Amino acid sequence: MQDAAIARNDFYTGPADTRLAVTRLRLTDFRSYQRAEYDGDARPVVLTGPNGAGKTNMLEAVSFLAPGRGLRQARLSEIDRRADGVVGWGVAATVSGASGPVDLGTGREQDQQRRTVRLNGVPASGQSTLAEYVSVVWLTPQMDRLFLDGASARRRFLDRLVFGFDTAHAGRVGSYEHAMRERLRLLKAGGADNVWLSALEETMAERGVAIAAARQDMAHRLARACAEGTGPFPRAGIAATGDVETWLDNGPALAAEDRLREQLAQSRRTDAESGRTAVGPHRSDFSVWHLEKDMPADQCSTGEQKALLIAVVLADARLQAAERGAAPLLLLDEVVAHLDAEKRQALFAEILSLGAQAWLTGTDRETFAELESSVQFFRVANAALERTS
Amino acid sequence: MREVEHLIQLLSRLPGLGPRSARRAALHLIKKPETLMEPLAKALNTTAAAIRTCSNCGNVDTVDPCAICADTERDGSILCVVEEVADLWALERTDVFSGRYHVLGGRLSALDGIGPEDLNIPGLISRAETQAITEVILATNLTVDGQTTAHYLTDRLTAANVTVTQLAHGVPVGGELDYLDDGTLTAALRARR
Repeated sequence: MQDAAIARNDFYTGPADTRLAVTRLRLTDFRSYQRAEYDGDARPVVLTGPNGAGKTNMLEAVSFLAPGRGLRQARLSEIDRRADGVVGWGVAATVSGASGPVDLGTGREQDQQRRTVRLNGVPASGQSTLAEYVSVVWLTPQMDRLFLDGASARRRFLDRLVFGFDTAHAGRVGSYEHAMRERLRLLKAGGADNVWLSALEETMAERGVAIAAARQDMAHRLARACAEGTGPFPRAGIAATGDVETWLDNGPALAAEDRLREQLAQSRRTDAESGRTAVGPHRSDFSVWHLEKDMPADQCSTGEQKALLIAVVLADARLQAAERGAAPLLLLDEVVAHLDAEKRQALFAEILSLGAQAWLTGTDRETFAELESSVQFFRVANAALERTS
Repeated sequence: MREVEHLIQLLSRLPGLGPRSARRAALHLIKKPETLMEPLAKALNTTAAAIRTCSNCGNVDTVDPCAICADTERDGSILCVVEEVADLWALERTDVFSGRYHVLGGRLSALDGIGPEDLNIPGLISRAETQAITEVILATNLTVDGQTTAHYLTDRLTAANVTVTQLAHGVPVGGELDYLDDGTLTAALRARR
């Protein structure tokens, strides 16, 4: 019965050459790896090995093929191998996708505080170049508390999903936060020029409403994709919530901009005293709830929270596959071990039917027994990678 | 060798030159003393002695007011506001704009400690109010700080009887739509004519 979940006819049947996949990966002085080489095909990758062997480091290296700070949100210098006085690190990869194979390189060169990016051996203008070729979504054990901890991690999670479709989103968020920091600096200094403050609030209102609208649109599309989801994963209700989102629900974007601008102007005194900005999309939240139980995610059991999170990630992968023509790279760190057999099989079936190159980690190969012929197995031990199938 | 080290140190302070490229430039100068080093030293001396900042617009020239402000052929009713002299030079290269300029000398940035009093804003307001200006074009950069400065100037210019405009944002000449980011395309659609 359960084996039917990953029956042959559920496998990906789309054109093989459009699948997004890493076919070559080279790590140099990356965390525990002095040197690591992976050569493979578009099938999912399973990394097994004992705790501390370097499995998550390998996933983190793949996460650097997309813009941002990777799945650990690490500073660039933290990734240095810290042995033999080596400074700097590098990740080189060949990625196949809709536009054919492309060579991507990224890393920190000696003394550099910024991540450099190379495209087919030539320096690229910035990290955003990577977004044109690679989309990555990840789930890590640290995200198990996503629904319990503060809203900032949930906003970051939603922003990353938005960025998978709209690469301008990161720029909007950056501009908004820059203007917000400038406004707070002026307020803290006291005696601020009101015209200057108004100019910054104008920027915050424009970008802030655009950010909220993009998040809201993403949440609506994710909610629809989640509602269509079948199988043992719970159907998730999803919404971007906050003052700005409410204003957008009740009126046009221009009216929301006016309102945000007014509220920012009114809160200058209290913001100056508290050192925080009281209103804006930086206060919004990403709300998820269990539809069948009609229960907020943070009140669900630990296992249900994990299942809800997987349902959201799979919904995003389905959306990307439908709208961009290829599912994202899925980095699933220690995700499988905590699932019951039914959910594990459903996850495997979804990965295979989407044609997604998932990178899965676990301590035991037996956990992935159902995938035996459909994936590439590698064993990680002592910071070395060895193909085992 | 102390003189050479001093030369390398000075060269390495130039924008775009690090210590390595400064050494390369210094060696190049040393190899060509008559054809390059001495003419360069002379040009630096002459320019340093003659250079002036225009008291009207903030441009740099060897005369004050600068050649652009003194040019009676130019349209004195249109004023183009730029952040730096480099922006003025960029616009002049187009040979399209026949009005006059106003150089702010930077852009507002609370994080860098640059406020209105650090920029040539009083000069701009004074020119807009007292000279026969009908239009002020805000040609600040499309960065957060550049746009904040533009918003600020729009507000400050409300009292002056001038039309305030901004450079159009959108598709670059020779650009292909397929390669543009969504933000640029949205701006281009909004600014269609």
